[in-house]
Amino acid sequence: MATTEVSSTTSISQTFFTSLYKMADGERIRTCLQCGSCSGVCPFGYLMDFPPGRMIATLRADEFDQVLKTDSAWMCVSCLACTQICPSKIPLTVGLMTRVKEELLLSGNVPNELQFALENSQRYGNPQGESPRKRADWAVGIQPPIAILGRDRHPVDILWYVGDYPSYHPRVQFTTKALAKIFNSLGISFGILGPEENSDGDTQRLSGEHGLFEMLAEKNGRVFSKYQFSQIITSDPHAFNALKNEYPKLGISYPVKHYTQFLAERIDQLKPLLTQASQALVTYHDPCYLGRANGVFDEPRLLLESIPGLKLIEMPHHHSTSLCCGGGGGGMWLDGFQWERAHVRLSEWRVREALSSGADILAVACPYEPPRFEDAIKTVKDAGRLQVKDIAELIADSIES
Amino acid sequence: MKIVVPVKLVPDLVEELTIDPSGTALDTSWLRLIINEFDDHAIEQAILLKERSSGHVTIITLDAEEVDDMLFAAAAKGADKLIKLVGNFESVINNHALARALVPLVQDLQPDLILTGVQSHNDLDGSLGALLAEYLHMPYVGYVSGVSAEPGRAIAHKEYPGGLTAKIGINLPAVLGIQAAEQPPRYVAISKVRQMMKTAQIDEHEVSSVDSSGGARITRMYQPEVAERATMITGDANETSDKLIVIFQELGVL
Repeated sequence: MATTEVSSTTSISQTFFTSLYKMADGERIRTCLQCGSCSGVCPFGYLMDFPPGRMIATLRADEFDQVLKTDSAWMCVSCLACTQICPSKIPLTVGLMTRVKEELLLSGNVPNELQFALENSQRYGNPQGESPRKRADWAVGIQPPIAILGRDRHPVDILWYVGDYPSYHPRVQFTTKALAKIFNSLGISFGILGPEENSDGDTQRLSGEHGLFEMLAEKNGRVFSKYQFSQIITSDPHAFNALKNEYPKLGISYPVKHYTQFLAERIDQLKPLLTQASQALVTYHDPCYLGRANGVFDEPRLLLESIPGLKLIEMPHHHSTSLCCGGGGGGMWLDGFQWERAHVRLSEWRVREALSSGADILAVACPYEPPRFEDAIKTVKDAGRLQVKDIAELIADSIES
Repeated sequence: MKIVVPVKLVPDLVEELTIDPSGTALDTSWLRLIINEFDDHAIEQAILLKERSSGHVTIITLDAEEVDDMLFAAAAKGADKLIKLVGNFESVINNHALARALVPLVQDLQPDLILTGVQSHNDLDGSLGALLAEYLHMPYVGYVSGVSAEPGRAIAHKEYPGGLTAKIGINLPAVLGIQAAEQPPRYVAISKVRQMMKTAQIDEHEVSSVDSSGGARITRMYQPEVAERATMITGDANETSDKLIVIFQELGVL
């Protein structure tokens, strides 16, 4: 039972088509050339009964109900590769694919793993179902102590929006602690929200749960408005994307930067601190929501190249053609579902590419990536020599403690 | 088919439980309540029955913090009527008291079927369904994982230990203790729950007196005590695994 109302005179194809037009640039869907580039570039397009191009064809043929009978949309990792390549500039990811997921979700067709993540996000404010009270537990013992705004009640320069995986995931907490060390080394005035912080909701939005996204955004917005700060910094490109592009539509508008941008602005202050040389050959993986979605390509590379001794090389897919780690658009919570259909992981593809580049270290800048790539390293042949490090970890290692 | 689903909220185990100074109860200051998982399955089974033939589903629960959200979510899944029991409940109501409080209300509603979770993790005095059946003089089947119903008659799929399942015919009205619905509880989009918050109505039913006799009395509540024979292995992952290897070698299993 989809909520897109179907009267006796209009079909689901027509009503869905009309609902797409109403979105930003939605009318571009009329200009689809059926060139198939989207379906070809989609990392899981070959598995979908209806990759993006064919979905549009079914809309035109008045056969869209066929799409809703398949799970094609749940293979979409919202990596924006289709949107990037589309010659007609159709908003395929945020428009077509996300709307199809919404339609499936409203009709109750939600894979179980994703359902748990959405229910957890609603109840606990994080998809993992962790205790909200423990959101700042990673910060225990860090010196100087990290200000939690609800407790320490003083104005700060930087509100550090930490995010779900940086707060709770044991592997990603290393990145979080590294970033804390960098901020402290630079003498930045910063604070976190701790238990008051909720999931940014962006990946929930891109997995079709717009209502949940709004609920989480409103909660975060109310908390932001309680405190004094000049800008928000985050290590999570998904949070960055939400705060920069989606929260303002809900009237929640603050200056926001990804930490790589923030540190790149302070490169003159940061560089003298980077005294520990690295002999590593490093390749950098552009995260979808930092690179393709928001055009941040240079700052991460600038930071890496400022580490003495470090040599940066590029993989075949880089900048706007970067490969997806598989975690976006709900992929983080569809591992089992997607594995059953694909028997490959997108992260394995990336790890093989990093290996063939000859790099010792795969550098990343998104909290989804260390666990995904490290898991892939365990299953890809002879990948054991490859290390995965967030840029913040490499910078922190280069700062003498 | 009129179906009534009595639902309990229970302590959410995602938060750590602490015991209050009396030493006989949980400290409720940090306690958060969540729907009993088996009751969530009872709701799902009721909605499935309603969808298969026509029906009317009533959810009844005790008033508590966040209980409205749970009721609106049930409405978004397809429940028709929402009732919460309100009153001046001095202490935690046990299942005997809850069953007695439900009896007059359930009798008024005249359901064909009463579905409730077969158990909950804070049951101290037996399961609610069995007590309710006793007080209502209705038949009861517990550990049910599937139901088909027609007027006056239902077939309950009951799970037994050892991987056995029985189909049990039962005359209606009856009470069923649900172990699992035929499919996992469904997801309802937040937009639908929010819609229900605007349109659905929660009826309040006053409970004037509470009779908890027959239930268990807690004399002491405490955290599990560390047994002397347990050895706690400390250290980081590498140290811990080294120590484990030594222990396994000493035991001759490696």
